Amino acid sequence: MNESRLEQRIRAAMAKGRKALIPFLPAGYPDLERFWDELAALDAGGADIIEIGVPFSDPVADGPVVERASLHCLELGVSLAWIIAELKKRRASIGAEIVLMGYMNPFLQYGFERLAADAADAGVAGLIIPDLPYEEAMDVKRTLGARGIDLVYLVGLNTEGERLAMYAADAAGFAYFVSVLGTTGVRETLPEEITAKLAAAKKTFRVPLALGFGIKTPEQLAAYGDDLDAVVFGSALIRHIEEGGTAAEFMRRWA
Amino acid sequence: MKKGYYGTFGGQFVPELLMPPLIELEKAYRDILPSKPFQDELGALLRDYVGRPSPLYRCPNLSRRLGFDLWLKREDLNHSGAHKINNTMGQGLLTRHMGKRVLLAETGAGQHGVATATAAAMLGLDCVVYMGAVDVHRQSLNVKRMELMGATVHPVESGTKTLKDATNAALRHWIAEQRDTHYCIGSVVGPHPFPALVRDLQAVISKEARAQFLEATGALPDYVVACCGGGSNAMGAFHHFIPDASVKLVAVEAGGSGEPGCHHSAAIGKGTPGVLHGMHTELIQTADGQIEPSHSIAAGLDYPGVGPEHAWLAESGRAHYGLVHDADALDAFKVLSREEGIIPALESSHALAWVLRHHDEIPAGATVMVCLSGRGDKDLDIMQEMGLL
Repeated sequence: MNESRLEQRIRAAMAKGRKALIPFLPAGYPDLERFWDELAALDAGGADIIEIGVPFSDPVADGPVVERASLHCLELGVSLAWIIAELKKRRASIGAEIVLMGYMNPFLQYGFERLAADAADAGVAGLIIPDLPYEEAMDVKRTLGARGIDLVYLVGLNTEGERLAMYAADAAGFAYFVSVLGTTGVRETLPEEITAKLAAAKKTFRVPLALGFGIKTPEQLAAYGDDLDAVVFGSALIRHIEEGGTAAEFMRRWA
Repeated sequence: MKKGYYGTFGGQFVPELLMPPLIELEKAYRDILPSKPFQDELGALLRDYVGRPSPLYRCPNLSRRLGFDLWLKREDLNHSGAHKINNTMGQGLLTRHMGKRVLLAETGAGQHGVATATAAAMLGLDCVVYMGAVDVHRQSLNVKRMELMGATVHPVESGTKTLKDATNAALRHWIAEQRDTHYCIGSVVGPHPFPALVRDLQAVISKEARAQFLEATGALPDYVVACCGGGSNAMGAFHHFIPDASVKLVAVEAGGSGEPGCHHSAAIGKGTPGVLHGMHTELIQTADGQIEPSHSIAAGLDYPGVGPEHAWLAESGRAHYGLVHDADALDAFKVLSREEGIIPALESSHALAWVLRHHDEIPAGATVMVCLSGRGDKDLDIMQEMGLL
């Protein structure tokens, strides 16, 4: 079995003594053209992996910023087929690895066999599906895996003991640790219990560990030291763009 | 390891953060709900507080006119005016037994919100209700009812600002507050074990009705007819009749105005399989898998999905899923009021309308039970506003 491209990419960043950077941007945000420019800027600005959000009408794991951005993209006509087709045209010019993050239903309607083939063809290395817990994930994981695409699992502050071990035994690419018992969205402070929970997760997972949800500044991460291998930021980036900023400026804070 | 399936429908499509409270609830569903002390306590509450058993009533005037016996299962006579309270008293009591102190609910027009606020007040629990901002304006009286009974009502401003978005908001709230909060979902929908839990709590309808039929007529009914949005009153009315092959089960979905391309709520009649609100079921959606707005004149049927067990009953052929348009439901609303002196909820009027529309297919002398899931007083204001009275 080939080693995961996502895992390799995070380990390469770690080897340079830094945490891997994983920005999230909803496909088509802020508009259909500029999205690809911002994606290129994230890439040039030091992103190791870029999560492209696949918009869905009913995003239950997301807070208001990501939800608003996603609904805006749906109004612009963004679909999974559009994302894959446009990505395929541009993939060769993007250095970062690409992950699609989205809810189950749009993927299901596209069809997982077809998705695995088309996404692999467009150079996608992984999928993150927040409403697909372990119990429901097996068939999807196998179908994607057959095309070399990782299904990245999410765990959180209340994933403990047996469940954590269950995810760890089957993890691919990296594990996405959700920092809060809540939805996506910037928080000024992260819960104190993260430190202990991250340490436990770090001991359990063989794959690298990424922290996401609520991340705003690099300073927030200082406390977690080597228990953290990568960081995901979404709402903070979207808010920065909403307020008139660019992805390039945003990445300067982090790189 | 997949759990809670009815054929290919059901499952648990939720963020991992919700799996621990769902597993905790599965355990309570398995261990606490069927236990004798719990059932005794619930039985007493249903009798003394809700007013069960609800009557099974033969409509003398309509039966004469139709040429077959039309019976109503009078869920409209329950405390708070609908079948919703069967579910909320059960889940409220379960919440107390699980050691939690807050009942969380989503609501469309407000009936489930009112029933949850009722149960919470009676059982000494806090109550938090999410309601679409559009519905908060349309149903301000129900907001007042909930607030009178101590509930906090949060208007939901996202998406279509109706029931589907209120459900999203409630799920988000539950992720954050799962330690002391139970999500009292309002229908046989959502991730396992909710569809089974709500069905079992609503099954009191068919348990009573089956015994009442045998006592009153010495036989089972030929038809059981119920309206179906999420499908909790239909599931409750069907459950104990499912093994009785002679009993025809008919669930009636809301067809909207009936004009070509109109919005509707017929997830089974016109939908396709997909995943929403934690379940794999029939949905009203685009080919790309985006959920489309639903519509019904009856707010309680206005939902783009349906309980997974209904999707399975439809696929297996055990139940028939019919369609009724707004105008026919309004007609039935007026007919029952005028002929029998019973003002039905617009939701229940759909079930009655199916019987009136299909009266020539029903053999003379047959027995037909309609689940009269709620009373219609709540609908008068909005109907008057729409110029329908």
